[in-house]
Amino acid sequence: MRRDASPFLRFWVEFAENRLALFALGVVVLVVGAAILAPLFTPQDPYDIGKLVLGDARRPPGHVGSGGYVHLLGTDAQGRDLWSAILYGLRISIQIGVTAGVVAFIVGGSLGTIAAFAGGRTEALIMRFIDLQLSFPAILLALVISAILGQGKWQLTIALVASQYAYFARTAHGAAVSERAKEYIEAALSTPLSSRVVVFRHILPNCMPPLIVVATVQIANAISLEATLSFLGLGLPVTHPSLGTLISNGFQYMLSGRYWISIYPGIALIVLILAVNLVGDQIRDQLNPRLQR
Amino acid sequence: MLGFLIQRLLQAAAVMVVISALVFVGVFAIGNPIDVLIAPDATQDIRLDTIRRYGFDQPLWKQYLNFVTSLVQGDFGRSFVFNMPVLQLILSRLPATLELTLVAVIGATIIGVPLGMYAGYRPYATASRAIMGLSVLGFSLPTFWIGILFIMGFAVELGWLPAGGRGDTVEVWGVQWSVLTLNGWSHLVLPALTLSLFRMALMIRMARAGMREAMLSDYVRFARAQGISDSKVIFGHVLKNISIPLVTVFGLELAATMAFAVVTETIFSWPGLGKLIIDSIQSLDRPVMVAYLMLVAFLFIMINFSVDIAYAALDPRVRSGRT
Repeated sequence: MRRDASPFLRFWVEFAENRLALFALGVVVLVVGAAILAPLFTPQDPYDIGKLVLGDARRPPGHVGSGGYVHLLGTDAQGRDLWSAILYGLRISIQIGVTAGVVAFIVGGSLGTIAAFAGGRTEALIMRFIDLQLSFPAILLALVISAILGQGKWQLTIALVASQYAYFARTAHGAAVSERAKEYIEAALSTPLSSRVVVFRHILPNCMPPLIVVATVQIANAISLEATLSFLGLGLPVTHPSLGTLISNGFQYMLSGRYWISIYPGIALIVLILAVNLVGDQIRDQLNPRLQR
Repeated sequence: MLGFLIQRLLQAAAVMVVISALVFVGVFAIGNPIDVLIAPDATQDIRLDTIRRYGFDQPLWKQYLNFVTSLVQGDFGRSFVFNMPVLQLILSRLPATLELTLVAVIGATIIGVPLGMYAGYRPYATASRAIMGLSVLGFSLPTFWIGILFIMGFAVELGWLPAGGRGDTVEVWGVQWSVLTLNGWSHLVLPALTLSLFRMALMIRMARAGMREAMLSDYVRFARAQGISDSKVIFGHVLKNISIPLVTVFGLELAATMAFAVVTETIFSWPGLGKLIIDSIQSLDRPVMVAYLMLVAFLFIMINFSVDIAYAALDPRVRSGRT
């Protein structure tokens, strides 16, 4: 590799050295691609209630339904083709996970940076509140918020953001405090630049590496938390099933041996979470200055 | 040290007040409890009478004040659904959750810490890689999914262990315990393992990271240079140093595990607090929800408080820095 290669190229080359992480990245791309292009690969629109036939309900994998096509992974209790329902469910899960992660990133990141820059009372107030929230388990908070707001995509996203932004805020605050003490910030402050420019153009970009690490963990967490809430019946309604809802619906039939309704959505879920976590692990190792070679 | 204690206690009390207000307002926003309490065909008179009896006609701040007053007197109100004092209801469910949580966290620590220490001691050994792979799995798999797999494998396919319930219990000091009977253990193993996998992964990671850093440090190098055997260095010096973050995690995880027990208890129909709160959210049983959340908040604050104290006792730097 040339010495003057761009930092992104260097990062990529180092990333590609870890075969497992590279494979995981491939899986993430594949799963996300399949979810986005779901209508192209699925024989049925699982949200079109008019097309669901109850006679097709709870059929094992390989059953040829009344629609005339093979249900590769079987059907669920509403007669949905599971393969279609899984791809559409992945869509919802990824959408909610990524939205929640990004919003929490923005809200938490700015809050933490602003607190570090403002200092004094403002900082103490913001950080005390965040410490308080962090001492509370995220799942309980999400549980209560989604119970208050009710079922639905947006309600769920809000619950996830509210229970996750604090991790970003704490991380951003820690990084920003150490950046703020450095000389280049002092130099930037001595120029007539507004403090907003200093915060967002100078401090924030330098706090990015730890925030990105938190983001990879939190997106995987958000997807998992969404599935958990849906499983508990507090997430998405049965008419628009996410992976968690699908698993939850199948759970009651599992004891009678109809394993496929729960198992296949579950496999899709863990493949996604596992792959995101493996990619995140590698990124964390590369961004951690303590492990720098 | 005393000043540090008092300062922390005051903070904890302030936090408790804030949380009680937040919880009360938050729970108040969920649905209309009157619909649960009265049959839909009840007359207007009965309706008004019930509303008055439960104090729903008063403004929110007054309801909160009434709630706090009776709370201080040890009265958490009556459950709408079970029609019994909430405190009694919660206390009757608490032991089940407590034993599940304790078995899970202690098990995770006993298994996780040695595994993590080994992985940190020999980071490139095959066994270490396997351990780390396991911990990634433990982190990634959602709790409810692990539970489903266990039920699928051990209860449905193999039929070795029961899929739910608490099994036989033995009464000690007026409380039912499953940990004291063999049948109880057979019911406890799967939910406890389900609940503990995530904590175990966490313990493995913390222990490994601590171990790796410690093995490179000067004091270990020096001790080795003196000719002290590795096992003595590890158990005599390193363990003490890495135990500080581990104690924190142990404490915090104890409370977090109780919260996570909500999921595990639902799957294994374990008759504990977690199942109670899910049921009461679904049936809008407000007094139970408020009391449960207050209890968890209280536990969290107490645990944080004890962790702070343990920290101060273990790490002289914290003690001298704060007093």
